[in-house]
Amino acid sequence: MVYIFSIMIAIIDYKAGNLTSVKRALDFLGRASSITNDYSAIMDAERLIFPGVGAAGSAMADLRSRKVDRAITDFFRSRKPILGICLGTQIIMEKSHENDTRCLGLIKGEVLRFPGNLLEGDGTRLKVPHMGWNSVKVKRKHPLFAEMDPGSEFYFVHSYYPVPELPDNILGETDYGIRFASVLVSGNMAATQFHPEKSGRPGLQILDNFCEWDGKEYVE
Amino acid sequence: MLSKRIIPCLDVRDGRLTKGIRFKGNVDIGDPVETAAHYYREGADEIVFYDITASSEKRGIMIETVRKVAERIFIPFSVGGGIRNLDDMRGVLLAGAEKVSVNSSAVRDPGIISRGAESFGSQCIVLGMDVKKTGATVDIPSGYEVVIDGGRTPVGMDALRWAMKGESLGAGEICLNSIDADGTKEGYDLELNRLISSNVGIPVIASGGAGRPEHIYEVLRDNRADAALIASMTHYGTFTIRDIKTFLHDRGIKVRINW
Repeated sequence: MVYIFSIMIAIIDYKAGNLTSVKRALDFLGRASSITNDYSAIMDAERLIFPGVGAAGSAMADLRSRKVDRAITDFFRSRKPILGICLGTQIIMEKSHENDTRCLGLIKGEVLRFPGNLLEGDGTRLKVPHMGWNSVKVKRKHPLFAEMDPGSEFYFVHSYYPVPELPDNILGETDYGIRFASVLVSGNMAATQFHPEKSGRPGLQILDNFCEWDGKEYVE
Repeated sequence: MLSKRIIPCLDVRDGRLTKGIRFKGNVDIGDPVETAAHYYREGADEIVFYDITASSEKRGIMIETVRKVAERIFIPFSVGGGIRNLDDMRGVLLAGAEKVSVNSSAVRDPGIISRGAESFGSQCIVLGMDVKKTGATVDIPSGYEVVIDGGRTPVGMDALRWAMKGESLGAGEICLNSIDADGTKEGYDLELNRLISSNVGIPVIASGGAGRPEHIYEVLRDNRADAALIASMTHYGTFTIRDIKTFLHDRGIKVRINW
């Protein structure tokens, strides 16, 4: 007898991803996941995680060559929950100024580089990349941040940040010389510029919340 | 606003911690995995492992340690010591480390920084620098010289120039260790940290000399450094990470206090 299991959580497999750390965090939470770039395996999954570190240009080229760009777009249209992480959060935008890259266009807007002359409130010069722990101001209720202490901090490493056209796509904001969108949402998709898999207990909470999310936009 | 990071450093040899670390509560832990898990729970922002395993045939033990640590802690950690080429980097990163640090090997072959940054991204590559105060000379205009091989070998290279070159080659961060201050418990070399930090655009981790929370406060204020490496002050239970962070928070330094 042959049992065919569909994957519960598919993690997109591409060169730019720090895939194993996302998988390890899900393992720790007891959430079954699998790293794959197979179209039907991705489409059969209950939910999708789209991680990433690295540069936008090579990441998009790699996604296209593996034809995973179509899988992500189709999964998004399927209304099942999808989570982007770090570079994944930038690649869902229309265009990135990093390597002047055309991206997936699932959320309207561009990805810009932090200016080189960022200053903190007290006048000190800020470094790029934005690397380390920072807080997120969550603008409205969303299942991704269920039971989250508002003082929680998350681990960021990035030199570029997304600029969505529509304010509705911004769930969370973070201050680093400028205020930027650090958590995006669009229907069944959520995306964090920080790394939940490297953000300690609050980060694991985000991943666990994602695993419980039905993919519907929360309405108060 | 970004928090300043407090980063415990663990020296590992053949898969065991080199010094018998004894936390408050008198638990003696020689196991790097358990110690990392302890620091993770106690609010460390990141952890640095320094592998001083001498024999190359035992290097695989560190990979196994990294793998076990990665299953237990969900904050970034880096591994330095004996990283000589891309394969060494790949091994450590695939096992679950967030970053690798290169020190003597980068002085001997600066290209390892650019090759590492191209292959894995700048955010993965930490340039570790051991620095000794010499006084300004023609060759060492900053008055700080780079030394390698654990501080034994001066290389006639100016520390500031080397830091700036490391940045241009693609290092994402600098871990700046003062050989003079290391082990004194009398505080970081503030002048050194300010010099390097104000002349590079990447984060600087101050290392060497921490004995009391005041020392960390001094090096983190006024942006002399972005993070502080600590070892003995928490390893033997004199202070906890919470003690240090409370001290800094009370004095207006932004640190992560919720974990």
